[in-house]
Amino acid sequence: MKYLCLIYSDETAWRTLPKSDELAMMSEYRNFGESIKSSGHWLAGFRLQDTDTATTVRIRNGKVSTTDGPFAETKEQLGGFYLIEARDLNDAIQVAGRIPGARMGSIEVRPIWEPVPQPA
Amino acid sequence: MRETVEAVYREHSRRILATLIRLLGDFDLAEEALHDAFAAAVEQWGTRGVPDNPRTWLVSTGRFKAIDALRRRARFDGALVELADRLGRATAAPVEEDADLEDDRLRLIFVCCHPALTLDAQIALTLREVCGLTTEAISRAFLVSAPTIAQRIVRAKAKIRDAAIPYEVPSREELPARLDGVLHVVYLMFNEGYWASSGDSLTRPDLSSEAIRLGRLLATLIDEPEAIGLLAMMLLHDARRAARSTATGELILLEDQDRTLWNHAQIAEGATLVERALARRRIGPYAIQAAIAAVHGEASSAADTDWAQIVGLYDVLLRLEPSPVGALNRAAAVAMRDGPAAGLALVDSLMDHGELDEYPLAYSARGELCRRLGRLEEAAQAYTRALVLTRQEPQRRFLERRLQQVSRSCADIHPSQT
Repeated sequence: MKYLCLIYSDETAWRTLPKSDELAMMSEYRNFGESIKSSGHWLAGFRLQDTDTATTVRIRNGKVSTTDGPFAETKEQLGGFYLIEARDLNDAIQVAGRIPGARMGSIEVRPIWEPVPQPA
Repeated sequence: MRETVEAVYREHSRRILATLIRLLGDFDLAEEALHDAFAAAVEQWGTRGVPDNPRTWLVSTGRFKAIDALRRRARFDGALVELADRLGRATAAPVEEDADLEDDRLRLIFVCCHPALTLDAQIALTLREVCGLTTEAISRAFLVSAPTIAQRIVRAKAKIRDAAIPYEVPSREELPARLDGVLHVVYLMFNEGYWASSGDSLTRPDLSSEAIRLGRLLATLIDEPEAIGLLAMMLLHDARRAARSTATGELILLEDQDRTLWNHAQIAEGATLVERALARRRIGPYAIQAAIAAVHGEASSAADTDWAQIVGLYDVLLRLEPSPVGALNRAAAVAMRDGPAAGLALVDSLMDHGELDEYPLAYSARGELCRRLGRLEEAAQAYTRALVLTRQEPQRRFLERRLQQVSRSCADIHPSQT
């Protein structure tokens, strides 16, 4: 099963983090990345730029409309994600629980939709 | 023959379901298979005789019936072809040893109490799948409409399937945390049965006895002190059931209970389990609460109770697991040890924190202590506040009686005010 682990945290807290803490966090993320690559869980993973840079796109009445900012204003913002391959939800929860950001914010674990095989 | 099958159903249906869920990998398919297997038993056992091992027979029959049904449906829904084939290949294997079948019951409990499900869903699913209660019975027990309960169960099953919550007993590292979650579900189930949060009656004995059955199962299958502690606590509290209300359902306080009505065999069983739990290196909150209940259980009257020991046990409990309700209970024990004034001082300082603002038992405890101290107007105020908050009929009637009592005495003291 594939799961998307969405990393949410308060990005203003990130911005005000002392440089040394930020460096420590980044090194933790590197180690975590290595560990899930060697365990075979890793499929993809990226850090996102702040929600200041977000643009929301919709099509209404056949016209593209773009607005500045994220889709929803929330207390914690999506800051990055991992796409992982896990045996089941328990395995995915184990991986998510080791993401360094879980200590500052929250990780939402979402199973990836698997299309039902259609008969030939 | 129908009676034989019914007896086997009562005794084994939940275990058979647990095994079928593992073999078929789907709750709904397993429930259908269980139903079909018992229908086949009614048909066949009469003419061919009861099989040597009815449980294994029912599991195999259920599995074959499910695969048959899938193959039939596969003609209309191609997606099922692969599933039917995969399950069909697995049927070559015989149904395993009894030890595996026992593990299936634990697997089922751990799935139903998975922390990825909401607590409400965990409780409903456990009562439905592990205890075999009908949706209607669960809805009556929690005063929630049957469609709401049914929807909770359907959603929980869909999440188990779609998010791939595995059918397994957690690994050794995960077990302590996961067991806590399971014990919490059983504890909540028991609590609701022991002191209904709302409704016409004080207790819901069916919920308490289901919780005790689950507790027994957990204590037998998992040798953990807190599983034993929780079972002991439930047995000790439940042993007082017959004395806790009158024939007409009126609430009787612990100190006024007829202790000859207590189930003393059950108290002895609980006390033995408490000793077993306390003999372990790790002692948890359930074992301590059980020890408190055991001290009550062994006392011949309220006056004869070792209140000093009870206060000491609450001290240990609050160090392990601080909680305002625990502290309130400790204050009530202090009142019995040192007198109502000492208890009231503690209750008042607790209530200053505000966490007990909506808790009717805090006001009713304050009312009792004020009444004993002769501070009747304050007692009346506290009972009045408790009356506003309570949602349980017997407690409401109890509080009304108390309120009348203190108001009458108030009038005796201040006749001009009436």
